[in-house]
Formats: sequence, structure tokens, C-alpha cells
Amino acid sequence: MRRFDAALQLLGPMALVGVVAIVGAYAASAGDSIKLRNAIVNVTIVVALYVFVGHSGVLSFGQISFVAVGAFSAGLMTVPADVKPGVLPDLFSFLKHHSVGNFSSLVLAAVLGGLYALIVGAPLMRLSGLAAGIATFAVLGITHNILTYWTKIGPGATALSLIPESTNFLQAAVGALAVIGVAFGYQRSRWGRMLRAAREDPAAAQAAGIDIHRQRLWAFTLSGALCGFAGGLLVHLLGSITTDQVYLELTFLTLAMLVVGGVNSLLGAVVGALGVSLLDLFLGDHENEWHVGSVSLLPGGTRLVGVAFVMLVVLVLRPSGLTGGKELSLTRAVRRLVQSRSGPG
Amino acid sequence: MTHVQALIDAVGLGSVYALIAVGIGLVFGVLRLVNFAYGQLIMIGAYMLVFTGGWPDAAGIAVCIVAVVFASLVMERVAFRPLRSSSPATMLVATFAISFLLQSIALLRYTYKNKPVGDTVGTLAQLNRAATIGSLHVRWISIVAIIVGVVALGGLALLLNRTDIGLQMRAAAADFRTARLLGVKADTVIAFAVAVSGLLAAAAAVILVVQSPQVTNTTGLDETIIVLVGVVVGGIDRLLSATLGGFAIGFATSFVGSELPTPDPNNLGAWPFSTSVYLPSVIFGIVILVLILRPAGLFARRGQGAAERV
Repeated sequence: MRRFDAALQLLGPMALVGVVAIVGAYAASAGDSIKLRNAIVNVTIVVALYVFVGHSGVLSFGQISFVAVGAFSAGLMTVPADVKPGVLPDLFSFLKHHSVGNFSSLVLAAVLGGLYALIVGAPLMRLSGLAAGIATFAVLGITHNILTYWTKIGPGATALSLIPESTNFLQAAVGALAVIGVAFGYQRSRWGRMLRAAREDPAAAQAAGIDIHRQRLWAFTLSGALCGFAGGLLVHLLGSITTDQVYLELTFLTLAMLVVGGVNSLLGAVVGALGVSLLDLFLGDHENEWHVGSVSLLPGGTRLVGVAFVMLVVLVLRPSGLTGGKELSLTRAVRRLVQSRSGPG
Repeated sequence: MTHVQALIDAVGLGSVYALIAVGIGLVFGVLRLVNFAYGQLIMIGAYMLVFTGGWPDAAGIAVCIVAVVFASLVMERVAFRPLRSSSPATMLVATFAISFLLQSIALLRYTYKNKPVGDTVGTLAQLNRAATIGSLHVRWISIVAIIVGVVALGGLALLLNRTDIGLQMRAAAADFRTARLLGVKADTVIAFAVAVSGLLAAAAAVILVVQSPQVTNTTGLDETIIVLVGVVVGGIDRLLSATLGGFAIGFATSFVGSELPTPDPNNLGAWPFSTSVYLPSVIFGIVILVLILRPAGLFARRGQGAAERV
């Protein structure tokens, strides 16, 4: 039954993504199609976030910097080389005159995201608690600031456009499933277990010989690579991107998705990302639609109010998230069934 | 003389940030909760000044204070109280949600009427003019900000050190459970701290709105984020170090900003950290450095730093 539980922990979240992708690919209108693909890309970002935050218990506001690095590197390197010198004249020449394919750009995004995370993580992973949160936030601020103004490596304050829009449902779903697979593998691995032990009791973990700094750095780097990859998917979904799209709003939104779903489980990451994205899509589709007399129940702009309100209600009623931070488990379900059969007490 | 002027401006911005820092630090002290939605209290205050546009300034400011204090108490009752025993991550994200909620409600004002985002406020506009002393040009509002900051902090120091409720707040901040066992009424102390933090938010709202009269649904957001950074850099565990942190980051932002060269329009791709557009990078770089060297905070007591690092 244990082995069956393990399969369930992997296949449950994968199935959720699969259903959304299949429904989206065959049944969604053009407007909903891009939102559903965006929901799947959100899943990859939130799962990448979960790999670090869920295992280490350290809140990071910096992971969207790695999404930004992935998005801008993948985007920049897939703008056709013949038009690049015209639209982005300030670039370093090795960036200006070369382009790569779709797949290579995603690999590049993952590699650069991971590398950047490794470099900034090495000093920062010594920090815990709020200090770690603010230091990673500072990384986000620096990344955004430099990307916005340094036109030798990017578009600067204008939008980077002319990027091939290759993230269809297949690419989004395959990417998300791959990221879920990697996160699951890490969660089951010895490193994942060591870091979770350190999250629960740092002193005991250290006494048992766990190098917390090294384990956190591992998770941070892996999460950075997955974030970079997700950034690549995102840029190929949007086709054009500004630095503000991978900054504060996305940071707070993805963190909120993770916590609303349940920060300590892979299932929670997927449920939170899909739940909030789908709620947003649903409310957006029905704005200006329902009326009582002449009064609109959902006037334009209520979508955002609704999403924030539902997130707040979920957190107040279920502080540990929709899934309570637990994975799917047949063992637990059977045990609960047996207990309820045998009556209270 | 320009350096002197930059210094005065820096102290002015530092004072406003110090007010916000105290508001955040007070609530953190009794609840261990980082209130990200503090900026939206400031926003509510700013909108009260918009709504009372035609009224006498004093009446508008009174409405602003009452509304913000009321809003902060509602926030405490509806969201903070049920989450009091939750994890820090849950509490923080709940305040994100409150922040989003209030911002998007404010945004409705513009989408509903189908007009561009932003209102202009005329309250105390005369304070936005510069006072010229010799070759110095200092805006009156900077001077007012410094005075309000000093008075508010002095009043708070008296409150904390000379009154019963102040003693109870300090006790609750030091050790909440023991304070409760010794008869401190938790709900009263927390509500009082939250109300005082609301009062400070109202003061910050008035000063910020006079400084830049354009009010939008994101008024107060950036200030709160940067002050949160400053508070942690200063040391969030004590009110004094948190306040100094808020002041320091305001001071540094204003002063470094005036000392960095403005970008050359012919060379906009200049290397990072070289011109004033990279001000945030410089400030955040200093933040990272300070946190690595002193994780418990720049102004924290000695000997507290070691345990925070792994």
C-alpha cells in the first residue's frame, strides 16, 4: 500500500494538470485557451517554488528573479537573429547576432536560472526566517532593476517582443509534468528528506550530521533551475514580455497560491496554482454577465476582488491550506474509514 | 550647500519611513505578524482626504484618522485574530490577500466610472512649497514630517514607558504567553497596539499625500515594501531598532539617490550601479550585505546574531 501511495502522490497532481490541458486543448475558446495555458505555467512556477519553500520552510521572495532570468534569456535568444540588431541595437554582440531553437532556449533558461540561484544562494542560504525573506526579496529588486535598465543584456524598459509563441497545450503540459516529476523525485530523495528534517528541527538535524546550508543551497539551486525553465515556458506563451510582468505581482501571487494550496505538499502546490488560476478565469469570464435587475453582480474589475477575497477566506478557515499540506494517501483514507466504522473514541 | 540640502531631504524621508516602521514594528511586537497590508491603511487614509476634498483641512484629517484607525481594528478582528496561532507564512500571505483585496476594491472606483486611475488631493497644499533659507530650498512638508516624526516617537516612548497599557504592550512583546499568565488581557493589548499603528498610518498618509498629491490604488504600497525591508535590516525584534531601520533606509534612499550621477541620455545602457537609475540595486545590495553580516539586524543588541545563521 505504501508503494501505491507513492504512485498516487505523483499521479494525482499529474492527472490534475493533464485534465486541465486536455479540456483546454479540445474545449476552450481562444480567450480561455491562453488563460488555461497560463494556469499550467503557473503550476510549474508554484511547484518550483514549493521545491525550495516547502522543503526548507524558508520563505523566499526571490524565486521570481529566476523566472525573470529564464524568461528573458529564452526570449532574447529566440528573437530571430536577422531582426535582433534592428530592435535591440544596444545588446552585446554575442547576444545580438545569435539565436537558438525553442528546445535549446528552454534548456538555457533552466541552466541560467539554476546557475544564478547557486551564486546568490551560496551566501544567502546561511540566513533563516525574515532575514532570508528580505535578502531574497533584495535579489528580486536588484534583478528587476538591472533587467529594466541595462540595455546591453535585454530590452530595457520597453517590452521584449517578436518571441515565437511556442507554448501550446502540449508544451505547457509536458513542461509542467516534467517539473512535477522532478519535484516528486527530489521530495522522495535522501536530500529532500534531509532538508525536511532540518525544517522540522534544525538542531536535531544538525546533530544527525545534516549540513543545513548545503541542503538548502541544493534545493534553492534546483528550484532556481525549475523557475528558469518555467520562465522559458512563460515567455513562449506570452510572445512579448516586460520586466514588470515578472516582478512583485507574480511573486506575491505565486506565493499566495502555494500557501492557499498548502505549502508542505506537492499536491498543495498544484491545487493552489490551478485553483486560484481557474477562479480568476471563471470570474473574469463572468464579469458584466450576471444581473439583478439593472445592477451588475460582477461589474468589471470584480475579478481581482473576488480572487483576493476567496484567498483570504481560505486562509482564515484553513490556515494550513486547502490540502492541509498533505499528499494523497490511500493508507490514510482507509485508516480514517476504519476509525469512523468503529465509532467515536 | 547641495549636500546639506540632500541631508535635510534625507532626514525628511527617513522620518516618514520611521513612522511607518513604528506602525509595522508595534504590530509585529505583539502579534509576530508582518503586516504587508499596512500600505493599504495608508491608502485608505489617502482616499479619505480625496473624499473630504471640499472640507476644511482639519476636518479632512480628522476623518482620515478615524477611518484608518477603524480599518486597522477591523483588519485585526477579521483576519489577524483567527490566524493568531498560525504559521508566519500563513499570516504574511493573509496580509498579502488583504492588501490585494483593498487595492482591487480601490481600483473599482476607476473601472466602474470608466476613468483613468488617480485622484488629486489639495489638502494642506501650501506645505508642498519650498522654504528658501539662503541657498537651501526645503519643502515645508519635509520639516513637518520631521516634527511629526519626533513628536509621534516621543509620545510613543512616553506611552510605552510611563503608562500601564504601555508596560503591558512591552510585556506582551517580550513574552506573550507569560504576559497573559500574569493577567495581561491579550485582546485589549493587541487591539490597542493595532489602533496606535493605525494612527501612525493616518499620519503617514497625510504627509505622503501632501508630498505627492496624486492618490491611486497603489498609494502606500512601495513605501510599505521598502520600510518592511528597512525594519528587518534594522532589527524587527525591538521597536527601537525597527524604527532606526526604517529611518535608515529612507535616509539612505534619499541621500544615495542625490549623490549618484544622473544617467547620460546618450549612453542609456550604462553598466549597473553607475547611475541613479540603479539606486534600488545599490540600496538592495547594501541590504544583502548587512543581512549577511548581521542577520538579527544592524541595530540589534550584540550576541543575538549568531543563532540566526546556519
